[in-house]
Amino acid sequence: MTRQVLMGNEAIGRGIVECGCSVAASYPGTPASEILEAVVAFARETGRGMHVEWSVNEKVAYEVALAASYTGKRAAVAMKQVGLNVASDPFMRSAYLGVKGGLLLVSADDPGPHSSQTEQDSRFFAMFAKIPVLDPSSPREAKEMVALAFALSEAYEIPVMLRPTTRVCHARQAVPLLAPTGEKRTAHFEKNPKRWCATPGFVLGLHRELTVKIERLAADPRLAPVFFPGDGTRPRACIIASGVAFAHTWDVLDELGPAGAVDRFQVTAPYPLATEFIERVHAAYDRILVVEETYPVIEMQLADRRIAGRVSRFVPNEGELTPEVIRNVVGKFLGLPAAAPAAGARPAGARPTLCAGCGHRAAYYAISRTFPRGIFPGDIGCYTLGMNLGAVDTVHCMGAGISQAAGFYHAYAHDGGEVPTIVATIGDSTFFHSGIPALVNASFQKARIIVVILDNATTAMTGHQPTPQLGVTASGERGRAVSIRDLVLASGISFVREADAYDVERFAALLKEADRHCRSAEGGVAVIIASSPCVLTDSGRARASQPVRITEECTGCRECLDMFECPALVWDEDTGTVGIRQAACTQCGVCLAVCPVQAIVVESQAAE
Amino acid sequence: MRQRIVISGRGGQGVLTLTRVVAEAAAAAGHEVITTETHGMAQRGGTVLSTVKVGPFHGPLVGSGDAEVGLFLHADNLPVHGHYLRPNGVAVVNGSGAVGGDAVDADRLAAQVGQPKAANLALLGYAAAKGALFAGPDLFEATIRQIAPAKHLGGNLAAFRAGVEASR
Repeated sequence: MTRQVLMGNEAIGRGIVECGCSVAASYPGTPASEILEAVVAFARETGRGMHVEWSVNEKVAYEVALAASYTGKRAAVAMKQVGLNVASDPFMRSAYLGVKGGLLLVSADDPGPHSSQTEQDSRFFAMFAKIPVLDPSSPREAKEMVALAFALSEAYEIPVMLRPTTRVCHARQAVPLLAPTGEKRTAHFEKNPKRWCATPGFVLGLHRELTVKIERLAADPRLAPVFFPGDGTRPRACIIASGVAFAHTWDVLDELGPAGAVDRFQVTAPYPLATEFIERVHAAYDRILVVEETYPVIEMQLADRRIAGRVSRFVPNEGELTPEVIRNVVGKFLGLPAAAPAAGARPAGARPTLCAGCGHRAAYYAISRTFPRGIFPGDIGCYTLGMNLGAVDTVHCMGAGISQAAGFYHAYAHDGGEVPTIVATIGDSTFFHSGIPALVNASFQKARIIVVILDNATTAMTGHQPTPQLGVTASGERGRAVSIRDLVLASGISFVREADAYDVERFAALLKEADRHCRSAEGGVAVIIASSPCVLTDSGRARASQPVRITEECTGCRECLDMFECPALVWDEDTGTVGIRQAACTQCGVCLAVCPVQAIVVESQAAE
Repeated sequence: MRQRIVISGRGGQGVLTLTRVVAEAAAAAGHEVITTETHGMAQRGGTVLSTVKVGPFHGPLVGSGDAEVGLFLHADNLPVHGHYLRPNGVAVVNGSGAVGGDAVDADRLAAQVGQPKAANLALLGYAAAKGALFAGPDLFEATIRQIAPAKHLGGNLAAFRAGVEASR
């Protein structure tokens, strides 16, 4: 059997292909983004014909995969945990109606959180919906669980969730590769309105069926926790763990040697927790430690007040369960002497910033300079980093910037006085994801706001997945391009301008024109589409270059560092002035407009 | 063989590539290996950390005071992530002068061979040739040959070898 070092997400993608999945859909989001990319790569490599798509959002992705499963084919849908919030509507009902072909939902959690707006626990969502969830502790296990999920999904006609966390998604490990199943299925949708259209009259019956399914699953041996016996010196104590927290607990216990030889269980299916296991724990143990990320899903199902866990605050209720945290918790549970407290405060490290030459920086600089008293609702993507530049005041969830801008407008307008200029910024991928309904709403509710669509022609933050206006599919084939401008015009918005943000002066003038439109008698939403291909892509790198240098006129006022924050501009402690890191500079030339004393000049001029 | 390695740098410095080379090399040598790395927002120039555990480990994270080796692509990261090292752990640091640890100016080495973006591999070459890692330079060079894209292979090897040479 061949083995290949795979990232957890690649292992999941490989598993999806090996299991003969026909349709896979996703919307990118850290830590789940690489799953669909791996499906594309392995489907191509193994010659499996599949439909693979970057859907415009997770709700759409879920519904596409769900209907594919109705035809008897296997389908998979992958997203980050907050993506499941977006997909929660079809998700919740799919538990009641069930599926035909296996339906795998991958919802990747981010304890910490490292790159998310919450550290919510998708296993709770599975429990809320009443569907089974598998919790892998490593890439290898994640791939094995993909196969188990499809098998369970078809056996019980229920969607099955795989819940990896960041430390599984972005772990790498040698993983055995299998050949994809040769089975070919043809689509056959059997009509059954009582089920697929279930009106409230039928829902109660479906709910009863769901309850029975969950009870049967709780007795299915494939979902039973795995038992690792200790050496018998602590017969009435056990440690119960799941996910990567189990893997780290194992390493911590190994370090302890004989002191760590306590009974332990790995819960591979946190919901529904195996009935027999619950009874066994209650009967056989008096001291029980539960280590799980991120909420007390196992602990609450055990419903035992003796448990040392999150409910009893024995385990911290927030944050990632790192080896340090687990070492403390396990040591406390086993009555070992406490480890020495960590040394004093450590520096925080560098904060992220927009790349040198990024068009978003130019747009944000113009926005914050043009409207010093403006309100700037932002959104989710690289351009969230506009907060470093004072041009992003709120970040909430995908698409919220435009709706929040409208909400700010209505709140201020109600007072009858001067309404501050409100500028929402949103990226192209986020606009397609959930900005469109917000824009339609703002337009017809007559919100007087400026919306700047930062179109960098890609989903940059998550690794450059294509967006609909490019007309390129996940598999790299031609799709149909969807025009952002046409969508804006169709929303009843008369002020639509396309602009190059790199030309800061003209962009600032356009912002003022948009503001006048908002405040005019017939004004409403003004939209500016700021096009600047991402500098990490080939089209972004292809921009005409304008090499610059800094003259002795530099006064060290720090405007370019503090208000513009280009990583290619660096402070020179010795001279008290600014210098250019040529290796980082993309020669975009925007800083020429930023220096208040014109000390940044085009290189050829300086040479003359 | 048991070795815990932390790889620390700034987004864009090639920490992910370096992590992958080390992991693939460990697997090729027949070791169990598990790693984890930083994705998302921090990749835009923020401080990032990868961990590599070679040997019979289960979880990918390295605890404070556990790492035998630290590869620091940015000298400013030593105070941020240095605490992961054991008291006798080895820090190989990209920097010049007294930045702490075993310092080598990997940026300069890579630039000298015309590969300014491959300082990560220059640092790896230096660390491997110094005997800091679970294997010597031959294994890592073979791994680079195996996984580098064709158009970058020559440059990658040049940077790696510049690091090896600098250790002598």
